[in-house]
Amino acid sequence: MIDNIDLSLVDWSRAQFALTAIYHWLFVPLTLGLSFILAIMETIYVKTGKEEWKRITRFWMTLFGINFAIGVATGIILEFEFGTNWSNYSWFVGDIFGAPLAVEGILAFFLESTFVAVMFFGWNKVNKKFHLVSTWLVAIGANLSALWILVANAWMQHPVGMVFNPDTARNEMVNFWSVLFNEVAVDKFLHTISSGFLLASMFVLGISAWYLIRKREEQIAKKSILVAGVFGLLSSLMVAYTGDASARTLSKVQPVKFASMEALYDGKSNAGLIGFGILKDADKKIGGKTEKEFAVKIQIPGLLSVLTGGDRNSYVKGLSDLISGNEKLGLISTSEKIQNGRYSRDVLTTYKNARLNNDSSKVDSLKKVFNDNEFQNRYFRYFGYASVDKPEDVIPNVTASFYSFHLMVILGFLFIIIFSVALFLLFNGTISKRKWFLWIALLSIPLPYIASELGWLLTELGRQPWIIQDLMTVSKAVSRISTGSVITTFILFAILFTGLLISEVSIMVKQIKTGPKH
Amino acid sequence: MTAMISQLFLQHYWWIIVSILASLLVFLMFVQGGQSLLFTLPRNNIQKTMIVNTLGRKWEFTFTTLVTFGGAFFASFPLFYSTSFGGAYWVWIAILFSFTIQAIAYEFRSKPNNVLGRKTFDMFLFLNGSLGPFLIGVAVATFFTGAMFKLNIMNQVRWATPWYGLEALLNIRNLTLGFAVLFLARINGLLYIINTIDDDELAERSAKALIRNSIPFLIFFLFFVISLIFSSGFAADPITGGITVEKFKYIHNFIQMPFVMVLFLAGVVAVLFGIGITVFSKSHSGIWFTGSGTILAVFSLFIIAGFNGTSFYPSLADLQSSLTITNASSSQFTLKTMMYVSFIIPLVLAYIWYAWKSINNSKITEEEMNSEEHKY
Repeated sequence: MIDNIDLSLVDWSRAQFALTAIYHWLFVPLTLGLSFILAIMETIYVKTGKEEWKRITRFWMTLFGINFAIGVATGIILEFEFGTNWSNYSWFVGDIFGAPLAVEGILAFFLESTFVAVMFFGWNKVNKKFHLVSTWLVAIGANLSALWILVANAWMQHPVGMVFNPDTARNEMVNFWSVLFNEVAVDKFLHTISSGFLLASMFVLGISAWYLIRKREEQIAKKSILVAGVFGLLSSLMVAYTGDASARTLSKVQPVKFASMEALYDGKSNAGLIGFGILKDADKKIGGKTEKEFAVKIQIPGLLSVLTGGDRNSYVKGLSDLISGNEKLGLISTSEKIQNGRYSRDVLTTYKNARLNNDSSKVDSLKKVFNDNEFQNRYFRYFGYASVDKPEDVIPNVTASFYSFHLMVILGFLFIIIFSVALFLLFNGTISKRKWFLWIALLSIPLPYIASELGWLLTELGRQPWIIQDLMTVSKAVSRISTGSVITTFILFAILFTGLLISEVSIMVKQIKTGPKH
Repeated sequence: MTAMISQLFLQHYWWIIVSILASLLVFLMFVQGGQSLLFTLPRNNIQKTMIVNTLGRKWEFTFTTLVTFGGAFFASFPLFYSTSFGGAYWVWIAILFSFTIQAIAYEFRSKPNNVLGRKTFDMFLFLNGSLGPFLIGVAVATFFTGAMFKLNIMNQVRWATPWYGLEALLNIRNLTLGFAVLFLARINGLLYIINTIDDDELAERSAKALIRNSIPFLIFFLFFVISLIFSSGFAADPITGGITVEKFKYIHNFIQMPFVMVLFLAGVVAVLFGIGITVFSKSHSGIWFTGSGTILAVFSLFIIAGFNGTSFYPSLADLQSSLTITNASSSQFTLKTMMYVSFIIPLVLAYIWYAWKSINNSKITEEEMNSEEHKY
């Protein structure tokens, strides 16, 4: 169990998972949001009976279909990569993590794939109402799919609802509801799906703007802007609200990630919220790691304290508190966590050996130790720290966390402005004439994609070195296969996904240029 | 004791669910089987278009079943998931690769500006159609023939060959089941095409192709079944969990679970009957028999692989590392929670049936292909 492994294997396995996840996430948010936009448009068609709404729906549905297929294609790889590349992880947590994946398949994927067939092919085969219901079920199915995988991801950020079983050497679920209603899961789900709604709204808004620039399909474009503007504005407000809630939860459950994304080394009360900043290397070090400091920053004084603790005097923990410990705050140091983790690992190893040697009195007494609350809360909760070498190793990449978070937030506020302006110009009837805005809307299409990927970079890079917060590091989780195999599959997938992406974008652009069918 | 019984019940329950998903998957691979015939079966472009479209409206079911099969296996027998996927790396990656290229091929093949060209996407369909069923057959065969892995005391897998799963391709029995599954998928594909496309000439060509595919299927299938009858299996001691090699294990399983043997034989008869009525009386309903026969036969093979104290994933490298439904399963709590979730499966099957019927209530025709907006 304590064997050393080639670090490049870990890096390549991470690279392969990141590649798959990043590609997958280029397509999924549009599916999440556009499915609802289709459902709304088709509802208007069924309610009003106006054929042009059917044309609008069918046009966006064509684009939906192109995007949907490639999201499915990348998704299957992700599901199985938990096994192929992270097999030790899969065993260590399979009892908890597998369940949401199975529920996802049974409840959500079938809903989505069954009714997507009716949605695409049913126009002339089923009646209007059944077709409309199918479109709604696709939207619900797609978003339910997101729910379960996000529950699984949330558990990796904040493991709850389980106990460790030394006999099987794995964590076992004891409370399904606390896994499902994990506070991280609830925030994450709402934040993620609303960001998908936002992204799809920007997609619809931008493409419609292009038609207006080209003076084509004016009616369809304006009606689409109406739906996308309202849906987009509501979603961007929800993104901001749920983002704030996520950050608050983060400050409680993953304080190291939180301090990293704020680049906060020394904790303080009356801490300011950084609106914009540029980092540079500082002279100070934590352990062997150089600290970062701000070359430039714009901050709102006291706001970080207010947001996390409710008032200006509340203390926000910095990285040095978390690494070195802080008695006043009741924080133990990372080196103590490492010691406690190693102790719990030694107990486990002794237990396993006693089992192997059929030493039943030793097995019994150690089993009692395991069931003891004190052991669980003081030692075993730091089990993962056993494989951490130096305390500063638990600090993620501060630069990456800081920039990905802040850029995402800045973009988030920009989206609120863009949707508000779009609706304002639409309602006062001047949108077709405002070329400057139409160009901004068109050129903004990539921005939600960037913001969304940044969110995931923060989530996953900010958790390093953990695969499961405090319980398992990525290097313990990796499948022990040859690095060469992983490099080969990485290259294969990189070529395949890139080829498919180029093909997808080219088809999409062509369909947009062709426009809605008459 | 009640806890023990209940855990044992749940493990069996979940093995049944996994087996059902596996048998549905093999049936639904008629989509793949049809794809593998794409370059040889149709005489002209319109026939090809009709074939692609009748299969294309169902590809998602196969795909989703595969994903759900993976998810359910992960949730109920995580030690299999971590052992096999993390060890027999190349076999699973090859399977995934072949399904990834399928997922976009339908949607992209006839769209303008698709960069790679229609031929490439058709080749993707052909590759998925041939490799998918074959490799899945090979992977499933290792449930009987075993794999090269060792588990340490923390249940972490180490593969005992540097080939990470590719060595399964050197075993003749694995290859035989791979080819049997491939030809079965092609048979089901042909019967589905006959059933859903309104084109007499295509139906005739398909019926001829059916004979050509049934012969190799029977040879490979019989070879595998006979080898199974004579082969030893890995048996787990019900009390200690220790694994021993038992001669004629699978024939014992059939005899000790006669109901499963009946299911298996009924499945084989139904497969043959479906082929027979198509070849001899030009029926268009062969898929109903061959399809259900496929489900029954695959289901019963899975049952004898895992029930009656049999190791469903024997280790050739370390006997005691072999996986059984008892030592590889999730905890009682998880299995029970998942069981409640599984109660929804009949509802899922019901709406799939309803939606499927409403799309398939009339056959695909040439006219429809010329007027349909969402055409592959």
